[in-house]
Amino acid sequence: MSFSLYVEVLIQGVLTGLVYGLMALGLSVIFGVVRVVNFAHGEFAVLAMYAAFILFGLFHLDPIVASLPIAAAFFVVGYMLQRTVVQPFVTRPQHEQFILLVGLSIVIVNALLLTFGPESKHTDLSYSFDSYSLGAVLVDKARVYGAAAALVVTTALFAFFRYTLTGAAIRAAADNLTGAAVVGLDVKRLYAISFGVGLACVGAAGSIMMALTDMTPMLGPSLTLLAFTIVIVGGLGSMAGALFGGMLIGVAEALASVIASPSIKSMVSFSLLVLVLALRPQGLFGKAEA
Amino acid sequence: MSDLLAALPARGKIALALVVAALVSAPLLVDRYVLSILLLALFGAYLGQAWNILMGFCGLLSLGHALYLGLGAYASAALYVKFGIGPWAGAFAAIALGVAAAAAIGWLGFRFRIEGVYFSLLTIAFAEFARIGFDNLPWLGGAAGFFLPVRAEEAGHWHNLRGGPIFFYYLALAMAAGALVLSTTLRASKLGHAFLAIREDAQAARALGVNVTRVRFVALFISAAMTALGGVFIAFWTNNLFPAQIFDMSRSIDIILAPIIGGVGTLFGPIVGAFLLVPLGEALTEALREFGLNAPGAKALVYGFLLMGIITATPSGLWPWLARKLGLMEKQP
Repeated sequence: MSFSLYVEVLIQGVLTGLVYGLMALGLSVIFGVVRVVNFAHGEFAVLAMYAAFILFGLFHLDPIVASLPIAAAFFVVGYMLQRTVVQPFVTRPQHEQFILLVGLSIVIVNALLLTFGPESKHTDLSYSFDSYSLGAVLVDKARVYGAAAALVVTTALFAFFRYTLTGAAIRAAADNLTGAAVVGLDVKRLYAISFGVGLACVGAAGSIMMALTDMTPMLGPSLTLLAFTIVIVGGLGSMAGALFGGMLIGVAEALASVIASPSIKSMVSFSLLVLVLALRPQGLFGKAEA
Repeated sequence: MSDLLAALPARGKIALALVVAALVSAPLLVDRYVLSILLLALFGAYLGQAWNILMGFCGLLSLGHALYLGLGAYASAALYVKFGIGPWAGAFAAIALGVAAAAAIGWLGFRFRIEGVYFSLLTIAFAEFARIGFDNLPWLGGAAGFFLPVRAEEAGHWHNLRGGPIFFYYLALAMAAGALVLSTTLRASKLGHAFLAIREDAQAARALGVNVTRVRFVALFISAAMTALGGVFIAFWTNNLFPAQIFDMSRSIDIILAPIIGGVGTLFGPIVGAFLLVPLGEALTEALREFGLNAPGAKALVYGFLLMGIITATPSGLWPWLARKLGLMEKQP
């Protein structure tokens, strides 16, 4: 195998990994703030893929452009979901939260299955098969655009948490819930916003993914696991960690697909997960708990 | 057994006797179809008890119990098909393999203090690992599945678990009953009290001199061994094994739904949950067929909504509520 192929795979892995990272970021935000593990995360990604697919079919809207309106819509969905369904579960044991969200994931997958059938879908973009060539190395255009879009959304999110009052309030609530309530923050509203932001991330990421891969309703559970793996490898609650974890997993899976076979690629990421859990449980970028 | 009776008030004893009598005589009273539903419910109750010992008693949330089920199934099936070793001996190998996997998970989890949601994810990771591993293991059929031969001359060879539906029904009934007795005995024992102490507050338990790591290992081993034994049952009952089914995440979810819906940490919760969920699934299939809505996904869609509804409405499970209503409350030992 030639050297340039490895470089190609490496670059593809990094670019895809940035999109994965954005998806995982959503999971990280929800768990970091609301302390609920969104076991329907991958299913929401698939939902976003279908939304992008429909927008593409109706208006010929590029899935990467569509990631913005879809993210906005998913924010509203997440906000409402937290307010109505999830909020009563915030103080309940983890296994009950698990059943609630597993129930939700079953609903999403099967609603999609009923509506659209099990066939895999893809979008034919004008640049789907185009690539940039850097010497002997070829890089898919779609992946470059997708990764750029993922970076833009991530940067916007970073700015939101860093420079807005609401963002600061959310960080406060994540840091010290009692303290946040004592100083008069509306914690329920902040939770709803966080769940909304988390779903906006996965909405944008899912939409971008529609430009990169084929999609079926059955993709959901594996995407959920992928998001978990990334978040834990990168470090829960760390935005840089989620992006880095995404790239690491993206590269590891891409290399495994080329060197061994595509079917074992998730074995590689699970090995990484176990390794990180054993050696550095707080994740590569996470802070050790005091 | 005496612990089980001691845990129940008089009305509970009578109710239990009636249920046992009904289940024992069921093959005489109901048709094949109803019997198969009862079998599934009993088997679900058995697996639910196994998971409940780990989560309900000891507070460790495993989301990858399909791992032990699949390992037990493949171990016993491989010994039978490849080496002609019968399932009774195979059961020991199945349990050994399940406990070995549990030891690996426990070592990682307890040694490196992987707790809470991280422990749950570790269990998922191991189950997924096994699924993909067996998918790529041609010696045992890989993704195309591993099949146990069904030979006419072996019919009625009960010593090799080659029986008909009624045989497997009674086997499932015995396993479910055995699991209930074991759970009750465990919970009344010193070990059971150590489980509960760790579930409520591991730090305090440690301060009181409970060897937390060792007790957690014991809970994990018991749970894994029981689930692996369930794998032997499933292998010889269904005669076919697919990694994508037996190790799948949805299998793990299936295992834990019954005890959670029925009531985590209770003795009868897993049974109540299984006897609610299995017929519910069947009734849904029937009802949707009546309405002409048997499209793929319709049943699961309704099922998902029902799960969300039940878990929202009854936080601690159905059994505690039901027991209060009927005056069958199990006494807290």
